[in-house]
Amino acid sequence: MKFMKNMNKTTKQNMMTYAMVIVAYIVFQTLSVTGNLSSLMQGLLVPLCTYSILAVSLNLTVGVLGELSLGHAGFMCIGAFSSAFFTACMKDTITNDLLRFIIALLISAVCAGIFGILIGIPVLRLRGDYLAIVTLAFGEIIKNIINAMYVGLDENGFHFSMKDSMSLNMTENGRIIIKGAQGITGTARQSNFTIGIILLLLTLVVVLNLMNSRSGRAIMSIRDNRIAAESVGIDITKYKIMAFAISASLAGLAGCLYAHNLSSLTALPKNFGYNMSIMILVYVVLGGMANMRGSIIAAVALTMIPELLRGIGEYRMLIYAIIMIVMMIFNWSPKVKEWREAHSLKGAFHKKNVKEAK
Amino acid sequence: MALLEVKNLGISFGGLRAVNEFNIKIEKGQLYGLIGPNGAGKTTIFNMLTGVYKPTDGIITLDGQNITGKKTIEINKAGIARTFQNIRLFKDLTVLDNVKVGLHNSYKYSTVAGLLRLPAYHKTEKDMNEKAMELLEVFGMAGEAEQLASNLPYGKQRKLEIARALATDPKLLLLDEPAAGMNPNETLELMETIRFVRDKFDMTILLIEHDMKLVSGICEELTVLNFGQVLTQGETSVVLNDPEVIKAYLGE
Amino acid sequence: MGFLSYLISGISLGSIYAIIALGYTMVYGIAKMLNFAHGDVIMIGSYVVFTSTMMMGLPVPVGILASIVVCTVLGVLIEGIAYRPLRGTSSLAVLITAIGVSYFLQNAVQLVYGANAKSFKSVVPVKALSLADGALVISGETIVTIVSCIVIMIVLNTFVNKTKAGHAMLAVSEDRLAAQLMGINVNKTISLTFAIGSGLAAVAGMLLCSAYPNLTPTTGAMPGIKAFTAAVFGGIGSIPGAMLGGILLGIIEIMGKAYISTQLADAIVFAVLIIVLLVKPTGILGKKISEKV
Repeated sequence: MKFMKNMNKTTKQNMMTYAMVIVAYIVFQTLSVTGNLSSLMQGLLVPLCTYSILAVSLNLTVGVLGELSLGHAGFMCIGAFSSAFFTACMKDTITNDLLRFIIALLISAVCAGIFGILIGIPVLRLRGDYLAIVTLAFGEIIKNIINAMYVGLDENGFHFSMKDSMSLNMTENGRIIIKGAQGITGTARQSNFTIGIILLLLTLVVVLNLMNSRSGRAIMSIRDNRIAAESVGIDITKYKIMAFAISASLAGLAGCLYAHNLSSLTALPKNFGYNMSIMILVYVVLGGMANMRGSIIAAVALTMIPELLRGIGEYRMLIYAIIMIVMMIFNWSPKVKEWREAHSLKGAFHKKNVKEAK
Repeated sequence: MALLEVKNLGISFGGLRAVNEFNIKIEKGQLYGLIGPNGAGKTTIFNMLTGVYKPTDGIITLDGQNITGKKTIEINKAGIARTFQNIRLFKDLTVLDNVKVGLHNSYKYSTVAGLLRLPAYHKTEKDMNEKAMELLEVFGMAGEAEQLASNLPYGKQRKLEIARALATDPKLLLLDEPAAGMNPNETLELMETIRFVRDKFDMTILLIEHDMKLVSGICEELTVLNFGQVLTQGETSVVLNDPEVIKAYLGE
Repeated sequence: MGFLSYLISGISLGSIYAIIALGYTMVYGIAKMLNFAHGDVIMIGSYVVFTSTMMMGLPVPVGILASIVVCTVLGVLIEGIAYRPLRGTSSLAVLITAIGVSYFLQNAVQLVYGANAKSFKSVVPVKALSLADGALVISGETIVTIVSCIVIMIVLNTFVNKTKAGHAMLAVSEDRLAAQLMGINVNKTISLTFAIGSGLAAVAGMLLCSAYPNLTPTTGAMPGIKAFTAAVFGGIGSIPGAMLGGILLGIIEIMGKAYISTQLADAIVFAVLIIVLLVKPTGILGKKISEKV
């Protein structure tokens, strides 16, 4: 039957995405083990996984659900701090590194997911640009509060303050875990490339399986036509929040990966501010809506370009910006699209069909 | 007992009375037409019947159940499905998936089963595919199952909307100007399809239409609406010959 | 007196946000896009004033004029080169392009002037006003900022509602296609909107740097975001809304800093925004939009 072929087509596409990630892993891991990877690239491996996870998870909100979110870094921030906080507290209690890290991952996903639901319930009633600005606002609030937060631990339990470390009123044996703008220091650096790739694959499994399931179809039907979706009995609120929460908890995982790749974690505008959220959005849009493989490729390419451009020195960010603008115009401009269709061999073959379909 | 019974339905937008004292009774299995000049309030009535608008007053009863003022999804679950005047398909989903979204509430498995590809997923998806293909075959669209809905020609898009509505297993099907934008041949074919759907699924159908050939060809009873008020109701042939109706359409 | 002086500095900061927000809101209303590079146009304007008056020693009015001219031209160029090719496609694509333009401007300025902060000398010649025997001092910058804001608001409102070009703008913002059919040159109208918005950005930049004299390539970013917030807060697309939103935001920010916490001031601003939008989803003065079924 014909639809079987169709199912295989999606499955095939998904398999190619998994394969791409695994091949990239084998190549880079081999280069790394044999010492053929520059220390710069070596240091980029975990961030590349982090950004890819972020891009894929944001694509669930933007490409699959069709809602513009500018606060994705906020969820990453929650994942990063909740997991690093856990690791710092349990440093001496749970001595098995792997076990502790796995629990930290779970905590990051759960915390970010809970915030996703809490924020999603009021916010997802808004539409379009209003939703965008509110998610941006939430991201900034999260970053701001964590920056002003002090948490300490002594034999009497946790102490909490929004002022300074002195007002925690701890005993002499107390330990400050979150130190305001200085964040969390001394987190064990447990993230590595292999873990990053495993988490990326996990993210892909979650998102791709969701898309090809009953719930995923409901989510996409809301994106395509909210009113029609409602008319066939789709619970709009439920599926919007589901997509948003899953997207948030996956970003939380990325946060955990990020936090455990650094020895000191701070909530700077650079890593958790709206700039970061926007950067992730750029990966998603450049990679294509609901196109997870595209998101990964865009995240990797855009992270690498500035590094590869180091040779041309101070002009690199300028060129990076120009590449971004040109890529957008090339990919999206109606005129350029026409020109591309008219001048490509593939287009010449397909043109007839396109006209017929219209 | 009538399948759909509407009593004294009315709605106001601000100070404007869009529909007033609307009454209708539709028996099971009937093919019923709602006609009237542009702006008479026909689509507004559909929107009240499907919960898009909350009526200001009146009672809507479906199969003995009061559904007045309920939410769209509850009304759909209670048994009313519709199509739209301006086609509203899930354009970036395949034709098959459009119908499968319609099957959402009759074939269930949990999200977790979907994520982990548990046996429930495979079994239910298989059943859904079979059911959806069955529906598409009825409309002669099995061959296009894998195409994106937006790539379908206009006439087939209209049919797909009907198939999707039927997938929700309704008791009453509302069609909002199904022949709009169709040429005479397509309209003839559509009339066949509508009649066929009624017979095959034992469906009750209420439709809004401007095409008098379609209306007189398939509707058994009509309600004529003018300025938000019922002008006349009754058997199609009688209503269409009513001088009042002709006046409302052609003006004085 | 503490409260009063906070209120005045809040209105002053808010007036700057308002002037920036006007640019955002006009462009949004007419081109239906979020111009993320707007904040960077402000920064460029400030650098032009800095270069012409502080580096080249030209008189202040010349510097101001140069800044307005440069920003206006820049705004039109950005629209023509980066945004116009994408008109009619996904608004998301235009948003990303705007982000690209923002990076471009920031990095171009960094190449020319370096990343270090320049100290901007106030270009406002007005003396501070001392009230109640010096208990309440209102700086010259504050006075000029508030007055400029009021003047700009009145002029802009008159322009949009009373002139032919203004009517064209309203028409394009209402229905682009219909406006085109009525013989309105849509491209020209959008260019004009960008020109006005960017010219206002120059004024805002100058006022901003006169009050907060640290000038860096990212000077415009945060005020840009806040002003965008202000525009949404007041109801995006509405000129009085942008004004109201800007001033309220400024007051909330200064009051938050003064009475609650300096570190949490931004969080407070954004929290108020969220609350307002949840109560009134289209902003304070925004029009309600409903989808026709």
